[in-house]
Amino acid sequence: MQHPTENFPSPPSSFFPRVPHTTPEVSLWNMFTGYVLVGLFGFGGISASMYYIAVEKRAWVSADDYTTSLALGQVLPGPGLMNTCIIVADKFHGLKGVLVALIGLLLFPLLILLGVVTVYDRYAYLPAVQHATYAAAAASVGLIFGTGLKLAKVIIKSKSALFFMACAFVAIAVFKLPMFETMLVLAALSIFVGYREDTP
Amino acid sequence: MNWDVLLSMAENFAKVALVSVGGISIMIPEIHRQVVEVNVWMNNAQFASAFALSQVAPGPNILLMSLVGWRVAGWAGMLVATAATIIPTSMLSVLANRLENQLTHAKWYSVARKSLPPLVVGLIFSSAIVTAKATELETFGLIIVACVAAHFYFFKTNPLILILVSIVAGIVAGQFGVI
Repeated sequence: MQHPTENFPSPPSSFFPRVPHTTPEVSLWNMFTGYVLVGLFGFGGISASMYYIAVEKRAWVSADDYTTSLALGQVLPGPGLMNTCIIVADKFHGLKGVLVALIGLLLFPLLILLGVVTVYDRYAYLPAVQHATYAAAAASVGLIFGTGLKLAKVIIKSKSALFFMACAFVAIAVFKLPMFETMLVLAALSIFVGYREDTP
Repeated sequence: MNWDVLLSMAENFAKVALVSVGGISIMIPEIHRQVVEVNVWMNNAQFASAFALSQVAPGPNILLMSLVGWRVAGWAGMLVATAATIIPTSMLSVLANRLENQLTHAKWYSVARKSLPPLVVGLIFSSAIVTAKATELETFGLIIVACVAAHFYFFKTNPLILILVSIVAGIVAGQFGVI
């Protein structure tokens, strides 16, 4: 494992200016191998492995800066943690870094997944494999439920929060409305209500 | 190669990803609706097994979309599904990173940070319901759901351990004919 002070000097990037940042230089190769590890260690999502590599092991960013990138990644649409990974990569190497991060994160997990699927398809007729898949799916549903409960405890603290949670649930789970249009309307409404609650 | 399928998948996945504030798991209901109900590219059982397999393999949760793409249209489908899910949102992240200072000081940003999470919670519960239905869970499965959810809620356990324990429980229960 590379120590942060032993990084190769990074070539000057020709991309348009990035947000100035007071962090040590990190080479593209260091970044690539780091993201490969984030992907491979990331069982059940990459939040723990990203923190471990980016903050603790490789010291790309300080815990404080990481928290800011994490918050930004969660507000942006799409895979929240991957957004954070991309933001961190962009700080060091711009778009080149983003590309390297995406390839590093996805390449090996994808190959492993396809391997797992190939084996699964060959043995899917076995009852034990069917039971295992059934249980794994049930456990994953339980994890999503547990995540929802954890978040609800922290987030649902006002009547309007409860109202918008219920709206989103009913629209998507009960009426099965198209998510793109539903979310645009609900997001606009909830931001409007939040704005009015914030301005006395 | 079926270009119509690829194009329609690219459009759908990109649109869903662009409104999925709060992670991949909230994309699941819409992806299920598109892939199983509207376009009938795969059935519930195939969707459920893709969901289970993507949870067991390491890596970002976005792999579910890659796997759905692969099942629907092979290698090309996998590339299209993955790229459509991550490229538009990645570009948005890069933009947001570069405008970070203007963004974090804007009033609507702080309002959005407080206003959007309740919607996300509602969508996460929708995900749980839609995946539970797709998997056609019966008594034993629902017991696993309840145990895992409760355990995950009260303790900080690694999700993979909970999945592995459940798999063992499932295989054992299958041996005794409980499932």
